[in-house]
This record gives sequence, structure tokens and C-alpha cells, in this order.
Amino acid sequence: MLMLTCPYCGIAADETELHGGGEAHITRAGVEASDAEFEEYLFTRANPKGVHFEKWHHSRGCGRWFHAARCTVTMEVFGTYSAQTLQPPDEILAEIERRRPAASGK
Amino acid sequence: MSTRLQSGGRLIDRGSPIEFSFNGANLKGLAGDTLASALLANDRRLVGRSFKYHRRRGIVGSGPEDPNSLVTLGEGSRHTPNRQATMVRISQGMAARSQNHWPSLEFDVGAAADKLSALIPAGFYYKTFIDPKPAWKHVYEPLIRRAAGLGPAPKDRDPDLYEHFHVHVDLLIVGGGIAGLLAARMAGQAGLRVLLLEQAQAFGGRTAVDVEIVDGAPSEDWITGIVDDLQRMPNVHLQCETCATGVYDHGYVLANERLPATAVEGGRLRNRLWRIRARRVVLATGAIERPMCFANNDVPGVMLASAVRDYIVNYGVSPGDRTVVVTNNDDAYRTVRTLLRAGLDVPLVVDVRPDAPGSPASELRALGVRVANARAVAMVRGSGCVSGVDVCAHAGEGTSLENVKCEVVAMSGGWSPAVHLWSHCSGKLAWDDETGMFRPNNEKPPLTGGGEPFMVAVGSANGVLEADKVVEDAVRGAAKAIEFLGAAAVPGDEPEIKVSAESPPMPVWLMPNGMNRRARSKAWIDFQNDVKVSDIELAIREGFESVEHVKRYTTLGMATDQGKTSNINGMAVIAHNLNRSIAQTGTTTFRPPFTPIPLGAIAGQARGSLFKPTRRTAIDAWHDENGAYWEPVADWRRPYCYRRNGESIEDAVHREALAVRRSVGVVDASTLGKILVAGPDAGKFLDMMYTNMMSTLKPGRCRYGLMCNDNGFLMDDGVVARLDENTFLCHTTTGGADHVHGWMEEWLQTEWWDWEVYVVNVTEQFAQIGISGPQSRNLLRKLGGLDVGADALPFMGWRRGNLAGHEVRVFRISFSGELSFEIAVRSSEGLELWNSIQEAGEEFDLQAYGTEALHVLRAEVGFIMIGDESDGTVTPQDLGLSWAISRKKKDFLGKRAQERSFLAAPDRWRLVGLQRLGGKSPLPHGAYCVANETVDFGHRRMIGRVTSTYYSPILDEPIALGLLENGPERLGTVVEFVHAGGKTSAKVVEPVFYKPAVSARD
Amino acid sequence: MKRRGRYSAFALVREAMRGHTGWQKAWESPLPSRKYDVVIIGAGGHGLATAYFLGKNHQVRNVAVLEKGWLGGGNTGRNTTIIRSNYLQDASAAIYEKARQLYESMSQDLNYNVMFSPRGVMMLAQTHHEARGYQRINNANIVQGVSTEYISPDQVRKLCPIISIDGPRYPVLGALWQSRGGTARHDAVAWAYARACSQMGMHIVEQCEVNAIRTRNGRVVGVDTGKGSIDCDKLAIVVAGHSGVAAEMAGFRLPIESVALQALVSEPIKPCLDIVVMANTVHGYISQSDKGELVIGGGADQYNNYSQRGSFHNVEETVRALVETFPIISRLQMLRQWGGIVDMTGDRSPIISKTPVEHVYINCGWGTGGFKSIPGSGWAMAELVASDQPGILAAPFGLERFGEGRFIDESVAAGVAH
Repeated sequence: MLMLTCPYCGIAADETELHGGGEAHITRAGVEASDAEFEEYLFTRANPKGVHFEKWHHSRGCGRWFHAARCTVTMEVFGTYSAQTLQPPDEILAEIERRRPAASGK
Repeated sequence: MSTRLQSGGRLIDRGSPIEFSFNGANLKGLAGDTLASALLANDRRLVGRSFKYHRRRGIVGSGPEDPNSLVTLGEGSRHTPNRQATMVRISQGMAARSQNHWPSLEFDVGAAADKLSALIPAGFYYKTFIDPKPAWKHVYEPLIRRAAGLGPAPKDRDPDLYEHFHVHVDLLIVGGGIAGLLAARMAGQAGLRVLLLEQAQAFGGRTAVDVEIVDGAPSEDWITGIVDDLQRMPNVHLQCETCATGVYDHGYVLANERLPATAVEGGRLRNRLWRIRARRVVLATGAIERPMCFANNDVPGVMLASAVRDYIVNYGVSPGDRTVVVTNNDDAYRTVRTLLRAGLDVPLVVDVRPDAPGSPASELRALGVRVANARAVAMVRGSGCVSGVDVCAHAGEGTSLENVKCEVVAMSGGWSPAVHLWSHCSGKLAWDDETGMFRPNNEKPPLTGGGEPFMVAVGSANGVLEADKVVEDAVRGAAKAIEFLGAAAVPGDEPEIKVSAESPPMPVWLMPNGMNRRARSKAWIDFQNDVKVSDIELAIREGFESVEHVKRYTTLGMATDQGKTSNINGMAVIAHNLNRSIAQTGTTTFRPPFTPIPLGAIAGQARGSLFKPTRRTAIDAWHDENGAYWEPVADWRRPYCYRRNGESIEDAVHREALAVRRSVGVVDASTLGKILVAGPDAGKFLDMMYTNMMSTLKPGRCRYGLMCNDNGFLMDDGVVARLDENTFLCHTTTGGADHVHGWMEEWLQTEWWDWEVYVVNVTEQFAQIGISGPQSRNLLRKLGGLDVGADALPFMGWRRGNLAGHEVRVFRISFSGELSFEIAVRSSEGLELWNSIQEAGEEFDLQAYGTEALHVLRAEVGFIMIGDESDGTVTPQDLGLSWAISRKKKDFLGKRAQERSFLAAPDRWRLVGLQRLGGKSPLPHGAYCVANETVDFGHRRMIGRVTSTYYSPILDEPIALGLLENGPERLGTVVEFVHAGGKTSAKVVEPVFYKPAVSARD
Repeated sequence: MKRRGRYSAFALVREAMRGHTGWQKAWESPLPSRKYDVVIIGAGGHGLATAYFLGKNHQVRNVAVLEKGWLGGGNTGRNTTIIRSNYLQDASAAIYEKARQLYESMSQDLNYNVMFSPRGVMMLAQTHHEARGYQRINNANIVQGVSTEYISPDQVRKLCPIISIDGPRYPVLGALWQSRGGTARHDAVAWAYARACSQMGMHIVEQCEVNAIRTRNGRVVGVDTGKGSIDCDKLAIVVAGHSGVAAEMAGFRLPIESVALQALVSEPIKPCLDIVVMANTVHGYISQSDKGELVIGGGADQYNNYSQRGSFHNVEETVRALVETFPIISRLQMLRQWGGIVDMTGDRSPIISKTPVEHVYINCGWGTGGFKSIPGSGWAMAELVASDQPGILAAPFGLERFGEGRFIDESVAAGVAH
């Protein structure tokens, strides 16, 4: 039963207040995308056994989407952050580096 | 004979007798008795039958570890199978029945299985019942099913109530023994918010039974004292009869509280499910004693040594007059002392250790107790209950040296820490060879969401058994947990306990060491599921070497006790047979719950009207009073039709549809989604969300829009009205409202966050009333207040104004092809306006219509319905809606996807009308159109299907819409549909069946 | 080839007379050889069935099946054992019906009682939309030659008297009924295949984790494992739940996400439920095992997860729905809950496909429908591996479909879970 802190309203929200939205930092491929790029955008997922950057919707709360860095094996959360960014912020990467020196290659 | 002793019993009230029954016999117990202690007090030592061989089963333990004492409780609607007698307190009039036998507990035909046990070892069913093929389903399986199962299933709806209780705490302490109580006191003094849960009816754990003096006072007094102290602390809550059953990620713990039939409003409250978020947990769950593995160790009267003293000390019950104690450790000598103190006879102590220097044996020998070292039990004698034991040399194969008469065998194979909760969430275990136990690996504890240690095990749960060390360990562990929480541990006033030195236990897994084959096939490991040493050996012989394989092949540890007493003994036998250490063998994964939880408790209050609460519109009450036949739509309920004077559903639908065509009808459209999209970039945003161009829509105008997902498939549709330059009101389908709203937010927040757009779901803020039919304008005029003439309010226009005294928006849109209006009004005024409309409509024979008439009407004019014509694999182009796809726009959601080969293929299934040939009844729902050729799979190729099919009352003939490969090119041809019950032919026609006399545009 | 004793009642009596000392290992546990024609990663039901049909249908027997943990220890041993083939799309109906037919004779074919029990699978229609969806599936099944029928509430009541037909929230309007659907003993399916493969001389190597996949010029040449390096001509990846990890080793990515699917059992009780019931509107399915336990399947968590445990609220939702649908179960108790890691593809249908690496084949993405498809999946995968070309059953399930937009979408009719 995950609990994630919404970076907007600051509430530590129970999983039942949230809605998972899958992998984060995927930029939409539009009309100009090639077939391969479009397929990659729609379907190909990192699905790592380890640190995962993912979208969450505080759907039964403040209504905001946010991002989380979470381990898919231990369920550890390295931090939550704004959805309005193209890549994980430095402090999140630093926290991952601190706790998982081996995993921070990405 | 087991019986009530003259004195003693710390948990019973001798002044409060309670009558209960067992298998119909009326018996007497005392307040405080568990059903198990009360049965023993009444000399009921045979309490059930085992699962497979129907062997006689007696009480073995005194708590949740007991594998045998399952009974059925209650009658009628309170019939409850498989309750553990050791965990149920008796109450006045309680009716208990034993299980899994026929015709009676004492004489059970099923026990024939025991005589055939050689033929039905572990896994026998995989090797036989193979031929002939039909015999499994028709002969063997029904026999096995009938023989299996334990208690009979309930037959009625459960009248009792359950509730959930949510709580957040700093520190959860599981276990109210001395370790847990001490930890609670320390954490309480440190100012933390503490919850302590104890599964038993009283605090104190084993200390009350096993330790005489704590801090110079009787242990009982010390426990009372600390419990009093804790109850006075406002930041500490103590809770007994509540078992922590499961640990989940991020500090979530579930606990099940058993309530003594508490009367509350609406019934009797039976269980309360505690849903706890704890920042840290101290695991003080103690340990579970292990049985010993010797021949016939399952005969009623063979008990855990700790349970024997529990019954004497806690309940004043003697399990029998003469007890032989069998042990590999010093702890069992406590049982000897307790028995002697109660005036009971201990003819022999079988201590398997060759010698045990410093053990209490010498002290007891001085009292005249016979202690035989290096000896073992060769077998237990007694057909019904224990009548004696054969004693042999432990080193040998089991040649009987003497026979000792007794009624009880008290066995102790050592203790296993109760580490279940530690393991639920990935805490790792480590095998400790010295003590012979799996203990929590403190290096690899379960983690918090932040990746820090979440749990600290203390006391016996941590593998520390001696009382003085338990105190030390509890203080250490509690300090650690308190520190984790950032508080300061107050230096302890830990109690002083004097214990005499103990000599180490000697791990013994088979008794005697050279146990012969015959004995191994009578030495039980899992008492309930009838798994013996020989079964594990067989599994290993057949190559089932992993612990999980052995468990699954033999069913070891899979009974209702989930292996509490059998797990470690089983692992040890596996290790022994594979010549591996137990550490290498490993253990199975513990899964929640630690003890079973009633399904009703999990469901909680969410029953009946609280199960998936129904969304109701502002006009719901009117529908209900006017014969609505309800249909669940998403979370709402909507009238499917209104039945008048006992007419059929079908007749009602036809009447309603005709009323719209001939005069005027009214429908509650409030459930349609209404999403307000505002901001300078709202038009640009909607151009991406819809396939149409929305940015060019003029204020005051409406446009029918289509939404695709990014896969290119049609997702939702509805009318968009532009309220002003920066504001649009988007209507969605009933089921799509929440999804579309979330979808818009997702794009705005995660992709186009620099666009200035705000989205609000106002579905529930407005009631929406559709008025449709040739008389609709006249009806609106009669309501008065707003010019609804064609010039003032043209087709696909909307106006704000006043109608019958209500502030409204009127949209001139149509889903029936008739002249139509949709009126939106504040929800709070919805019913009032609806009633005004009803009143005004009388002269026009206004009729309310439901969802089904709405569907018939839209199909008659060829309008599509999301969910019928579309199903997630259909594009707007398939539905002939290319006119609603803007070619001017560079991009919109779904555009790129629609260019992919499969979506752009020329032979896609496309929308047509279907006219059934020969017959008045509609084409069957979802009938498939087939071509003559076959596909690779060998069946006829499907080239289309019926998507909507109705009887049209205005046309008096069946109509249908469908998707057909190259559909529009097939107009005029006849195609064949396959469906349940046969085949039907239909002619392919334009998907428009009816043109209203007064059209929507008039 | 090694012959092992046949299982029969006779053999059981013979062994009973000598204390069951004569039974041989169900499968051998050899050390891996240096080289095989085919290496299969994953000794779950699908991997073992692939090996079995490679040997039986294609005479490819120089095969190793490598298993990281213990055989059958993934989703094969963690599911709710439902077998049915009442699917909507042709491709699904074909492979699941093939699987169901193979289940019918599996005990005889493999001389191992896997307890396939065609007790019937019933899918409740609890909204009008769902009812129309099931009627559509029924019609499709008629064309496809899959025997199903759409039945009335009265028939539902007759087949399953303990269902609360009248709701109140979601009354039962009818049901899709497949009388030859049912359940089987999940572990036994893996064991039976393992025994048959071992009898054909194939090597099943447990506790053998693959750490790397070796390729040369875009073609597979072998794998590095915890038990040494192994060469192979062809490599089949059949590791439900961990497919993405294996694919990454081979150097490609998949349209897959791994999530936890929840299940639970009650304590055993005497028979009260003879059939399998699925209630998709309220998200729950239930059957009663031969042991007497109610076996209950619930929903999948909505976040990526490799931990084989899940969140409680899914269990809660399922139990709540089933208590409402089957009121008599309220006083029964949950005995054990667990999770399985399932891999979900973009269209929730499986992948049986060649990959960007030559001679590497992948079978994955069964989502929640893996157990019921085991023999059909193995049949189709063996054909693909043996001939380097998909046969009729596998052809629609290629990876290329995602690029083409050619979905095999089973959720369209009634939001059906597998």
C-alpha cells in the first residue's frame, strides 16, 4: 500500500487517493513522427526492475499530476516532483545516487 | 481424563458459569474460558478429524498455532465453519460442532482412508485417476471434493456487521507480552503515539505463565501494574483480542479485532478491521513451540508442553492426570513443575539430550521425578486418546525399552520465533544453527517508503528466549525504534528477572534418530493436512527438492494454520533428506494474513446500499415515483423506461419513443458529462483534444465533437458549446465524464503545461433536461421567459435566459432528429423545473422517456452511440464521420495513429444500416456477418457485426446499425449473419431509417 | 531416452507394498551441457510446454530449459487456475481453444493427473452493456467453433444457487457460459510437462539464472548463466513478469509493463460452488478448489511492480464485490493472499514473436490470461522456434502489430478481464 507525498498539496497520500499513470518523461510523438518513433512513444516502456520514474495523479485529492522516482522491487520512494519537467530534477537524482550508487547510471 | 482443577486459572471467573454445547451435548464452562479450555474441562479430548485420513484430532496448542481444534459455531445465518477453539471465548448458549466426519465424531466412515493410507501417500492423486478420461470429472473428482473441505458452508446471508477503523501512529507494537509492554512504556515515555496490539484476551504473554517473579513481585502483579501505567498514558493505546495479520508496503498494517457479539444499531458487530499506518513497528510477537516428530504423535492427548501449562495456569484445567514430558530443551521442565504444583503426576520426563548439565533436571530428580536422558519416544499408544508411550534409546531405531502409561504427552521441540509479519514485506530471515531457529535478519529488515528499517524485532520474536534476556532485548529494540523516529529514549527502569542458567537445546527433528520406515509413516508433521515424515521423503525421492515444491506436493503447511507448528519441522526433514543444512534449504514465503480474517470483515461496511454507492441525479426521486425501471450506467442509475399500469418493458419503450416522434418527450440527461474548459489557450487545446476544429466555433454556437485516444480510436463524443471567447462547455458521455476530465488534465499538466487552460468538471453542478419532438418548441413557449423561435435560437445555437422562472442555458441540439432542446439548470432547481415541464406538458401528452427509447430514436436517424458503434477499436472514419475530422488542423490526438497501416487500410469495417429480411423481430445483438471463405483457423471469415439493433415503433419494423467490411460499397446487397439460434439475412442500407416531419433544423 | 515408470493405480498399489521406495524422480536435475540446439529461459508452464512440443511435434530434443528459481515457481504456481476460451477475437479464440482442447487430454497425454476439471465457466452480465457484450462474444464463438452459450438469470441460478441474482446494485441479467471451461491443478501442469520433457532427454536446470545473452552478427550464440556458459543455436525467452529484463539482455525493448495481480484463498469448506464464476462489473472471480478452498482472483495494481506482493485495497475491492454477489461467503475467512507479476502489453494480448535478434524468440505478455493458454502457447511457440516462422496460431501475435496499430483487443466487448 504505497504512500506518496504530493509535491503540490504536500499531503502524504494513500495509494487509494492516487491513480498511477505509468512511465514519466515520455514526450508525445506527433504527426511528424516516423512509424518507429510513434510506436516507441505509444508502447515501448523501460519497465525497469529497479528505479522507475513514473506519473501519478492525485485524483482523489488536489487533482494534480506529479512524478515519483520509486524502486519497483523494494517500493522505496526516492522522491516526488513536479510533472512539469522533461527530466528528473538533480536533487532526485542525487538522492538515488546516495541510496543506490550502482543504479544512478541513468 | 481432562478436567477442571480445584483451584487456579488466572483468566477464568469461577463465579460465572457459562453453558454451551458441543455436538449437541450441554456442557458447562466458566467466563474467561476459551472453547478449547472449556472442552478440556469437560473431558472432551477428541475434537475433530484430520483433513485427509480422518484421524482423530485433539487439542495440541493453546493459541493460534493449534492445528486441530477447528469447529463449526453458530446456527442458521450465523453458521460459521472452521473456527479455532483455542481462539474463541465461550459465550452463553454457544453451539459448537466438530467437523469433517460422518456419521459422528466418534465413529467416522471416512477414517477408512487411514487404513488405506499406504495407498494414498502425498501426491497419490497425480499418479492415478487418469483413465478413463471422463471418470475424473464424473467419478473421482466428486468423491474427492466431498471428502475434502472441512466445515460445511454457510447457507444464508450474514446478519452481522463489520467495520473498519483507520489510525495513524508513530509506533505500532505487535504483541502484549513482557517485551511489547516494555517497548510501549519506553515509547510512551518518549512522547510517541503508540498502539499496542495483543491477539489474546489478556496481556502478559508467556511471562504470566512462565515467570514467577518480576521485580520482586509475582509476575501477574507486575503485568497488571505496567498495563495500568500504560493505560494512563494518553499517547498510548492498548488493544487486546486484536491480531495484527498483515504488513504491507509503506507502513500499512492490518489487524483483526474480534468483538464479543456487540449489539450496535442495525445488528451485532462481529469484527473490526484495523487499518493502521505506522511509522515504525516493534515486533514482539513471541515464539511458537514446535512439536516433536515421533510415531503416533497425532493421537489426542499429545500436546505442546507450553499448552499443557497454559491450560493449568490460565484456565485451571488439567489436560490429564498422568503426563509424560518429551523434550530437547530446558523450557519443558516448566511444564513438569506446573504439573507437580497442580498435584498431577509426571511418571517420566524423556529428555533426548544425553546429559544436560545445569538443567532443572537435577532439581526435579531430587523431588522424585524420573528423568530419562538420551531416551526418545518410540511411539505413542492409544487408539482413541493417549494411553501410554513406548520409550526407546534416541540413538537407535526405536526398539521399545519400556512402556509408560499416561494420558498426556507434553512435547517440546524448541521454539520458533513468530516472524511472519517480519517476512510479509520482504524482511529476510537467518537460520541460527545454535538455537535451531529462523530469526529475523536484522541486517535485512522490511523497509519504509524512505528505504529505512521499518521494523525492529524484540524478545522471543527476535530469537531471544530467556526472560532476563528478553527484557534486555526489548529495551535495546525499543530504544532503536524510538531513535529511528527521532525521539529520545528515556533510560529504562527495566524490571529485574532472575532466571537459572539453562543448558542448550539439542536440535532433534526425528525421534528416535534412526526412526524406522514404519514409524516415519506414522510421524506427523502437519497434523491438519496429514503430512508425515514419509510423505516428505517421498516427495524428495521423486525430485521435489525445493521447499516450495515439497510444500505444494505434500500440502505441508497449507492448512488453515498455515504451518505454524509444522513449517520448521518440515524444513528440517527436507534438509536432513537432502543432506543440506536448514539454512541452505530455506523456508517458504510467509503470506498475509497471519491468522485468517473473515471475508465480511474485509468487506466492512460496504454492503447493501453502501456497496458501490449509486450516483443519483437531481430528478431521481421523480423517476422512482413514476415507475422507472432502472439501469446502472457507470456509477449512476438511469431510467431505462417508465412502466405504466403494468405494461411490459418493451411496450413502455415503444410508447415513449412514439411520443417523441408524434408529440413531445422529456428525458433526464443530467448524467451527461459537463466539462468547462477556459483560458486564452482553450481553443487551441480543444483543437488537440477533438478531431474537429473547435477554435473557430463562435460564442453562442454548438458543435458536435469527436475525441480519439492517441491510438487513433474513437473514445468519446458530445456537443461542445462556446460560452464566450475564452470558455467552452464540453459535453461527454455519461460513462466518459471522469475519464475525459482526467485525460484533459493529464495533457495539460504533463505535456502542454505552458498552455493557459483551466478545466473543471461541472457534471453535478447542473441538471440537464432534454425536450424532444414536434411539440417541443410549443412546450418551451408555454413555460415562458425565453424566445425559443428559430431566429432567436437557431439549430446548434444556445442561449442563456429564463425559463419558468429559472436561470437556464438552452441548447438547441438533437439526438433524435426531432426538433429538440436541452435545458441546463442549477442542480438544486432541477427537480422543480422538471415538475414545471411535466405540468406544462400535459396538454401535449408529454411523456418522460428513458435510455432505451433514447437509443431507439438515435438509431432511427443513424446517430452513433459510444460503446455500441464504437468499442475502442473503431475510428471516426469507420463510422462515416470523416466530416467531423478537420483537415485543416496540423495535429490532434489520434491523427498520427490513424495514418498507421492497419488503421488506414481500405478494407476496414464501416458503418451501414441493416434491414432484416423476413421477420419483425430485430437482428440479434452482436450477430456476426460471415463471408463464404474460411480463415486460417478453419472457420468462416467474419466481415462485420451488428452494433445496434432495435424494433422501430414508428416504422413498425426492425432496424439495425452495423459495421461491415467495405460496408458502403455493399449497399443493396444481402448479407448473412450468424448468431445463437441460427442465421439471419439482412439487406445493407444507408444508416438512416427515418426522417422526422419537423426536423431538428426547423 | 530414459523410460520412467508409468503412473497408474496399479503402480500405486505396487509401490504401497514396498513403502513407496520404487518411485523415480519426476524429472532429472542435470548440470547443463556446453551446447544445445535450443535453450529456453524460464521453466514455467509456458517454457516447459514449449520444450515439450519442440520434442513431440518437431523432434527437437537437444533442449535445455533454464530456470532461475524453482520450476513452476512463477505465475504457473500463483494463478487462480481458470481455463476458458470464450474470447472475442479470432486470434485469441484460436489459441485459447487450442489450449483448452489440449487441457482436455493433458492427463492422458502426459500420464500425469493435472485434474483438468471442465466444471464450466460463467461470466456474469450485470449491466445491459455487459449483456450485449457477452451476446456478441457468444455469436463470435459460434462462428469460431468455440462452444459457449448466453444463458438467462434462471439458468444462472440453477447452475449456481449461491449467487445473489437480484442485486440490488448489479442484478444478474444473464451470463456467458462455457460448459467445457474449468480449472486444473496449476503446479501439476508444470510438473507433468517437466516429467515428460525429462523423459525425452531434455535438460531442466533449476537454480540457473541467465546473466547475459551472447550474440554475434545480430544472431544469438549462447547465454551466460550462474552454472556456466552455454551455447545454443536458438534461444526462446519465456519468462512472464520478467520479460523486459530478459529482452534488455538481448538488446531490445518490449511494449510491456510488469504489474502485480492479486489472488487469495479462503479456508477449505465442503463443496458449495461447482463452477467458476467471473463477475467483471464488480471485479472478482471465484471457484472452489478440490481441496475445498475458495480461490479468488482480483484486480491488478496500477503501478510497475516486481515484488510478488501487492496492495491490500485490490483484495478489499474484490472481496467486497464477492461478498455482495455470494452473500454466504461473508463468514468464511481469508487464509492466504499473494501476488503474481504479470506482464501487460499495449493491447493486453500476448506476444509470440521473432525479435530483432536472429534466432531469439519471445513468448510473453499473457497478462492475466497465462495459465489457461499454457499448452496452446507452448504448441505455437515450439512451431515458431522449430521453423523460424510463426504458424497459424502464433502469426497474429507478432511484435509488428503494435507498429501497424493492429490491436488484438479483448476488452472491447465487455471490459473482460482474462
